[in-house]
Amino acid sequence: MVKYAHLIPLFPFIAFAINILFGRRLKKASAVISITASTISLAIAAVTYAGFLKGGGSYAVGRWLSFGGIPLDFGVTVDGLSCMMLMVVTIVGTLIQVYSVGYMHDDKRFSRFFAYLSLFMGSMLGLLLSDNFVMLYIFWEGVGLCSYLLISFWFERPAAAKAGMKAFITTRIGDTGLLIGILLLFFSAKTLYFRDLGHLGINDALLTVIALLIFCGAVGKSAQFPLHVWLPDAMEGPTPVSALIHAATMVAAGVYLVARTYGLFIAHHGALIWVAYIGAITALMAATIATVNNDIKRILAYSTISQLGLMMLALGVGGYEGGTFHLMTHAFFKALLFLCAGSVIHAVHTQDIFKMGGLLGKMKVTGWTFIIGSLAIAGVPPLSGFWSKDEMLSEILREGHPFLFAIAVITSLLTAFYMFRLIFVVLFGKPRSELHAHESPAVMTIPLAVLAVFSVFAGFFKPVKVEYFMLGVSMFIVIGGIGTAYVFYILGNKVLPASVRSKFSFLYKIILNKYYIDEIYEAALIRPCMSLAKFAASFDLRFVDGAVNLTAYLSMIAGRIQSWFDKYIVDGAVNMVANITWLCSAVFRRLQTGFIQNYILIAFLGLAIMILIKLIGGY
Amino acid sequence: MPFPLLTAITFMPLLAGIIILLVPKNRTGLIKGIATAATGIVLVLSILMLTGFDYNSSAMQFSENLSWIPQVNINYHLGVDGISIGLIFLTALLGFLACVGSYGIKERQKEYYFLYLLLNTGMLGTFLALDLFLFYVFWEVVLVPMYFLIGIWGGPRKEYAAIKFFIYTLAGSVFMLLSILALYFASQPHTFNMLELASGNCGVFAKGFQIIVFAGFYLGFAIKVPVFPFHTWLPDAHVEAPTPISVLLAGVLLKMGGYGFFRISYPILKDAAIYFALPFAILGLINIVYGAFVAMAQTDFKKMVAYSSVSHMGFVMLGLASMTITGFNGALLQMFNHGIITGGLFLLVGVLYDRAHTRDIDKFGGLGAKMPVYAGVLTVFTLASLGLPGLSGFVSEFMSLMGGFISFRLITAISVLGIVITAGYFLYMIQRVLLGPLNNAWTGISDINKRELFTLVPLMAVVIAIGVYPLMILNYQSAAIAKLIQDIGGLLL
Repeated sequence: MVKYAHLIPLFPFIAFAINILFGRRLKKASAVISITASTISLAIAAVTYAGFLKGGGSYAVGRWLSFGGIPLDFGVTVDGLSCMMLMVVTIVGTLIQVYSVGYMHDDKRFSRFFAYLSLFMGSMLGLLLSDNFVMLYIFWEGVGLCSYLLISFWFERPAAAKAGMKAFITTRIGDTGLLIGILLLFFSAKTLYFRDLGHLGINDALLTVIALLIFCGAVGKSAQFPLHVWLPDAMEGPTPVSALIHAATMVAAGVYLVARTYGLFIAHHGALIWVAYIGAITALMAATIATVNNDIKRILAYSTISQLGLMMLALGVGGYEGGTFHLMTHAFFKALLFLCAGSVIHAVHTQDIFKMGGLLGKMKVTGWTFIIGSLAIAGVPPLSGFWSKDEMLSEILREGHPFLFAIAVITSLLTAFYMFRLIFVVLFGKPRSELHAHESPAVMTIPLAVLAVFSVFAGFFKPVKVEYFMLGVSMFIVIGGIGTAYVFYILGNKVLPASVRSKFSFLYKIILNKYYIDEIYEAALIRPCMSLAKFAASFDLRFVDGAVNLTAYLSMIAGRIQSWFDKYIVDGAVNMVANITWLCSAVFRRLQTGFIQNYILIAFLGLAIMILIKLIGGY
Repeated sequence: MPFPLLTAITFMPLLAGIIILLVPKNRTGLIKGIATAATGIVLVLSILMLTGFDYNSSAMQFSENLSWIPQVNINYHLGVDGISIGLIFLTALLGFLACVGSYGIKERQKEYYFLYLLLNTGMLGTFLALDLFLFYVFWEVVLVPMYFLIGIWGGPRKEYAAIKFFIYTLAGSVFMLLSILALYFASQPHTFNMLELASGNCGVFAKGFQIIVFAGFYLGFAIKVPVFPFHTWLPDAHVEAPTPISVLLAGVLLKMGGYGFFRISYPILKDAAIYFALPFAILGLINIVYGAFVAMAQTDFKKMVAYSSVSHMGFVMLGLASMTITGFNGALLQMFNHGIITGGLFLLVGVLYDRAHTRDIDKFGGLGAKMPVYAGVLTVFTLASLGLPGLSGFVSEFMSLMGGFISFRLITAISVLGIVITAGYFLYMIQRVLLGPLNNAWTGISDINKRELFTLVPLMAVVIAIGVYPLMILNYQSAAIAKLIQDIGGLLL
């Protein structure tokens, strides 16, 4: 029964329309509408999945556009990848919306929030189902819009307003690459469908460029280096948004895009290896930043960047299975971690982990699910993160990249460390400040519990053969990471002498400042761009418009000269003719006296002159 | 003889204008009523035209052809095809909505509405005329009321702006007139009929001749579009014009230039069109990127939107330059979409100006909290303007780029960067106007009212409808575009 797949995004869109138009009247009921729509989508997604397992597949839905002679029909992709992600998005999305009822309960724009969430759900599900680049791009920008709207949801806070803009523009830089890639693809291969990517029939350098341009889009969306800067700032949005959009689903879209167009990448290794190295740089860089940050949400944000980097790394070395597997398990445990963080923030109203402490006693459900999530992401067997991470690591090694394997191991080690740094500081020890922590209401804790169950068992959806060497590596990572965190934050950092620590203070400072990447962008891109704009505006005013005004001015002067010329030369000439005529007439008037004697005298004079001429001339 | 639908559309506003002249000037309610009714009827007639239009045919439809000045073979010749139909609907729609948007004008209303209606007749006639002489007449008819509408009801620098607009456009149309006469005398038998001239029945023109004539038309049209560096009248005229006139200026008048390329320059002067393809693409690129940068630096809201028009019209040039079906479709659709979106944006600027009496973007802040509906509508139009998929602007920009990419890869790739800058300045504007903490100066500001919303909701519906299902409008234009591309020997892509 796959033929209802195209209806999956429809219901959230309807919920959006209802909530945005009648939200003020609906008030709290808008949550019911959004959650109902999301649940219906979940049900259809499940039916679609079942249909797929029975042998159903992609199908066309209708015509959308045509480019010259080439029609663009939109259809839906139903395959293993899309089915898996549809299930993840609808399950996580529904749970987070339920959670949001509690988290946002006294927000004055409650219904607006649910409207945006529904818009996001619709766009995200549409993105997953797209069978061609144009539809994908449309929904791709759609989820970007929702991200923008939701990051700056509390727009009265300048930081939130700014973060939304930063997210939109940064991802749009990547999207520009994607757009050019799509244009190039259409231009060279005359197709826009994913299904054709495996057998394009042309094998040239152009396709490598196309693949890299498509990857640009993925870099922006999945917050990979060097376009990762927007994601930590995106934490200004409400926490359920961070969980849904900036951890589990939208940021995974970049990885999904690479997986979706994998046929193109796998045929062009020149592009694929870029994916691997960008992923590796991102994974390591973000993991190091996460180890020194003190903001509970930003630690998780850097963790997300790092994990997405790992997925890219796996995909980049040819590890399709591991990369997409981790995409799924990560969605569950990272959503769980964010919701736990939200529950903590909801209780203590601060995001600084060093103001918390000892919360486990007061927040049992949140605390324990938080620990489960952390164990999952650290890769403790048999939790879900273990299976997918194990798969990725063994694929990286199997494809013959020991260097990248080392980076992945170090990243995983750091992951275990910073997660348990967080856990030990927040949940254990003594409270560091006067916080009246309390457990969140059931509407928030039940989704936590359900996600915890998924975080534990999601790894069993896919049978993975465990190698003993990898198991050993995993155990080393887990014990090393968690153990170090334990030593530092429970035993109180008495192991390393101060002199050793001070030697690393320089490095610490660089990492604490996030490698100064934001500052570099500010100086190298944003300010020059603004200066260029100011220059263009003054050029326009002074030169282009100046030329127009100058022309007008010169015309006026020319007009004046002409009028002078007219007055004194042209008109002067006319007057001169008139004057001469007048002068002549004044002379000749004298002759016409009216006396007959004068006329006779003139006649005689004339006759005399004629005779004289005759005599002189001799003829 | 069938009902002369096109004549009715064209002259209904003028008729109403003459009736208004007979009404005493203190009966303002009646004057507004007549004007609204006339523009409303035009809108209804244009919808009738849409429903009666056969979009599988590339021929002229609803044609009317009467001899006007037979001694020099001038005809009263009207007709509509896929190229003009969208623009006529656009003119009718904006003409009606801007008329409702004019209720805020309180001085010399009788003259205002008369001139407003005269302007409407001129614009509609320009898009419907198929005789070059008639086209020129309508083209000039537009100029005069526009001059007075800016010069009398405009802002502080209205005289400067009005004169600049008038002289600039007039200078362009002089060259256009010369080209029209050149075509007339070069054709055998002499004719002003655009269709005849394009068909090649009146002789084929030499390439050198085409290039000169094309250049003449270019000056006329490029100033209207406006193409860099002829664009500087636009910001001045926009800023000084009253809101409804800005709407028509951006929404319709700029399209007259683009339409001229589609209707006259390209079909009649094919060789010259091919000859000028590369300059057109470069100019398109300059418009897109340069316009966007200049827009980014503006602090006057209206001026920012004006420069965004310069940027957006660059896509029309790029699409035209591509000489492809996709590019032409994109360019034509871009004109329509830009009219709707920018028309909406100018209405929105007007809404804010009526309340705050300033347009300085930096003086606002946090209005989203006090004006939630306004904020929502402004956000939708802004997103449409920055080319967000799912809204109309995206479809036409994407098609223009796609077409452009086939012919000019590098130029188009650089043009794409314009999209990022556009996103930048629009979001920066949103941030400064709607977001952040509420500026204390505006604690008493009221949200958008029902009349203002009435003028914006239809535009918003069109923006969303085309964004979601672009074939709705592309179906109308594609047959005519395909024929045009075939005739001029472009790429059937």
